[in-house]
Amino acid sequence: MSIVTVFAGTILGIIIALMRMSRNKLIRIISDVYVEVIRGLPALVQLYFFWLLFPKMLPFEISDTTSIVVAFIVNASAYISEIIRAGIEAVDIGQWEAARSLGLSEANVFLKVIFPQTIKNILPALCNEFISTIKGTSLASVFFINELTTGYKTVASATFLALESLCIAGAIYLMLNVALSKLVKILERKLKESD
Amino acid sequence: MTDEVIRTENLIKNFGKLEVLKGISTSIHKGEVVSIIGPSGGGKSTFLRCLNLLEKPTAGKVYFNDTDISDKSINIQQYRQKIGMVFQNFNVFPHLTVLDNITLSPILERKISKAEAEKEAMELLKSVGLEDKAYEYPKKLSGGQKQRLSIVRALAMHPEVMLFDEPTSALDPEMVKEVLQIIAQLAKSGMTTVIVTHEMAFAREVSDRIIFISDGVIKEEGSPNVIFTSPKDPSTIRFLSKIL
Ligand SMILES: Nc1ncnc2c1ncn2[C@@H]1O[C@H](COP(=O)(O)OP(=O)(O)OP(=O)(O)O)[C@@H](O)[C@H]1O
Ligand SMILES: [Mg+2]
Repeated sequence: MSIVTVFAGTILGIIIALMRMSRNKLIRIISDVYVEVIRGLPALVQLYFFWLLFPKMLPFEISDTTSIVVAFIVNASAYISEIIRAGIEAVDIGQWEAARSLGLSEANVFLKVIFPQTIKNILPALCNEFISTIKGTSLASVFFINELTTGYKTVASATFLALESLCIAGAIYLMLNVALSKLVKILERKLKESD
Repeated sequence: MTDEVIRTENLIKNFGKLEVLKGISTSIHKGEVVSIIGPSGGGKSTFLRCLNLLEKPTAGKVYFNDTDISDKSINIQQYRQKIGMVFQNFNVFPHLTVLDNITLSPILERKISKAEAEKEAMELLKSVGLEDKAYEYPKKLSGGQKQRLSIVRALAMHPEVMLFDEPTSALDPEMVKEVLQIIAQLAKSGMTTVIVTHEMAFAREVSDRIIFISDGVIKEEGSPNVIFTSPKDPSTIRFLSKIL
């Protein structure tokens, strides 16, 4: 389960990272929102969402375990995409230009020149993310699913209230975190100007 | 004319509100060696980078062998294979060995075999005195060696024209000569060459024509003799008097 999550999360993370650097504005906005929302919402809220609402949105049945795995994959993909994006941006622009000037296709520019250098840059950060993902999923696989079920049952009498307050708490967290990450971005831009 | 390798028509490039190129029209002929000189910020690099579409012109056209390569619908990749470029900062690929730096694009895009690409690469390396570095990583090379590598990496694609953007400006003085020598050799062998440089003596020696660019326009162009001994435009005169 951990392996599946790390693997799928990385693949999805790469796709999201590429989407965020797309020339298409709509794709960029969608992927930006995806990352911001996932990074901004507490993991618990995300787990509840995927465990309670997500199965209802699907036309077919999925098990509790599957929905939790999906939650972890989605969560990991957002963080991994951020790491990858930062890693790609750290590669000197001259590398892109040299690769393009040789007449390499855009795919080869990325796969043969940029990505290998990115991987080297981000390996430490990526390993950290893998470890925490693995920790999280293994925790979930042995006990979290039961925990969620029992925890939910205790507030089952006030179902709607619980969902509502969850949403409100989630929204507050989201706003705080989005504001924070915007602030960090402004700071990053200021720092970049100097070099 | 049929022997034009590159032609620009009223090339204009803006960066936001900044007008960097204000309409440049010129041609580079087959076998010609053209040096571009001019004050810093005048638009020399931008002009050169428009020729292989690393910068997209705001307006105007770039022709390569009579094909409009600034056309949006064109696949620029195949034309870039025929337009070699050498950068001030070398931009060698640090994650690849010297040999793999050279063979990467020939194998992937010219679709030649690895053995053939390596054989060719070794010959190129020999021609610039780097054959004993073939299996090293660029980290181990000096600046001059990196630039020699980046030149043969471009040549491995069999380009029809070579663009150089201040190829020796990032080098320690003692390494400038070895790189200039290779460029001069290449130019004399008949390679069509456009070089942006601050090395005036070099430009005078190797060029068939000098283009003086300032404030985003060609202020003056002509043979090295004319430009260096009897420039007419006041800005050319001012620039040369400061630099010579
Ligand atoms: N990517 C860019 N974005 C914004 N402005 C740019 C960009 N590239 C160049 N410029 C600006 O365009 C102008 C011309 O730059 P360019 O590099 O073409 O000059 P240059 O003649 O090559 O100068 P130098 O001799 O210093 O290399 C400069 O004012 C520069 O700041
Ligand atoms: Mg320049």
